[in-house]
Amino acid sequence: MSLVEQTVTWLTDPANWQGAAGIPTRIGEHVVLAAIALALAVAVALPIGLLVGHTRRGAALAVNLANLGRALPTLALITIVLPVTAAFDKELGFKVYPTMIAMIVLGIPPILVNAYVGIAGVDPELVESARGMGLREAQVLGRVEVPIALPVLAGGIRSAASQIVATTTLGAIFGGVGLGRYLVEGLAQNDNGKIFGGVVLVAALCLATEGLFALIQARLVSPGLAAPARGWANRTQPGRPASA
Amino acid sequence: MIDWAWIGDHLDELAFRTIQHLYLAAIAVGVGFAISFGLAIWSIRRRAVYPPLAAIAGVLYTIPSLALFAALVPVTGLRSILTAEVPLVAYTILIFLRNIVAGFDSVPTDVLEAADGMGYTRGRRLWRVELPLAIPLVVAGIRLATVSTIGLVTVTGILGDGLGGLGFFLFEAYRHSFPTETLLGAIPLMILAVVVDVVLVRIQRRLTPWIQPTQPADDPEIATAAG
Repeated sequence: MSLVEQTVTWLTDPANWQGAAGIPTRIGEHVVLAAIALALAVAVALPIGLLVGHTRRGAALAVNLANLGRALPTLALITIVLPVTAAFDKELGFKVYPTMIAMIVLGIPPILVNAYVGIAGVDPELVESARGMGLREAQVLGRVEVPIALPVLAGGIRSAASQIVATTTLGAIFGGVGLGRYLVEGLAQNDNGKIFGGVVLVAALCLATEGLFALIQARLVSPGLAAPARGWANRTQPGRPASA
Repeated sequence: MIDWAWIGDHLDELAFRTIQHLYLAAIAVGVGFAISFGLAIWSIRRRAVYPPLAAIAGVLYTIPSLALFAALVPVTGLRSILTAEVPLVAYTILIFLRNIVAGFDSVPTDVLEAADGMGYTRGRRLWRVELPLAIPLVVAGIRLATVSTIGLVTVTGILGDGLGGLGFFLFEAYRHSFPTETLLGAIPLMILAVVVDVVLVRIQRRLTPWIQPTQPADDPEIATAAG
């Protein structure tokens, strides 16, 4: 059988579409894990990034910490965390927590750096006039700075989402769940259909995530800014801007 | 918790794996740079080819490393160095292509006109004028690609014990539930990434003495990373 036939056979085998190791279950695990990790990364990184961008205090520290997180190789992070989480929980400490922690740590830098750069990049005259109009600090941030910086903020979340979905796959190497399991098992069992089926599913999920977030990002541009902002947003959008 | 005696007994192995890690990464960065440089020159001469090239490189970059390695196994074999290097090279292309093109784009038009006015041929202008001025962004790309490749080399450990560089220790540690071995892989790995980055910054300062160190080079990094 050719590789294509093997892949199609594996992907269309009804047995692979049911049960605890079935494709819907694995996709569900992958998406749920990634979504939780993204939500936690946003919850940690966004407030810090907004605050640092607004006050311009602690920028060097925040950006350096974020860069440090980025320099950590994912696999190293997962294996370092594994013995610790496994000591706490015999089940999830192996299958879920190590990957989850790695995903959060890797998701924080792009969100934090983009939030900081986006907010700090808002024209100071606009911020001054907002203050002059009597807006309180929270209103300046919420009504002026955030809407203007939204495409940049969304760009950071998009980078983080891509990275997190990719990392979930990698977690399977050290016992994690999700679609990466098919790759690891396929390699171990020398099953080309399973390997390629897994590759197709993983690639589809990653590209879908990237596409979805690109779409959200495009819709998030404040209507008042839509036309003139487009070129600027495109330039700033790729994840980690110059000062990172 | 940490078995120091065991670490002491495995320093030879550590040296071997560190060197393996470096050459696996160096091949990928070297080959990736050569391919990307060609593609970048092509993109600069013919603007229309850049968007599709960047899109293909972007799609490759979005696919997780484990999936790309796995996809090549049925084609090039499990223990082959080719299975390790093709994805590693593929991942560097997006980083290099973007940074090299951005580097050439950053050369001011009046500089190009001045070079033309002085009678430079196209090729001479490229090597003597455009390339030196593009160096900061090109080196930023090399730094990014190198650090990311050093991280990704660890994943090649899944292709067998003959590969993986320092990642070998991580796989072994997992198989034997032996945290000490994790540290033998992870700590030198991080040190390696930082040291290589610092060395590259030094090299850039040497190559571009006209740029003051206080004025950091632009670093247009990219949206996603393959993990």
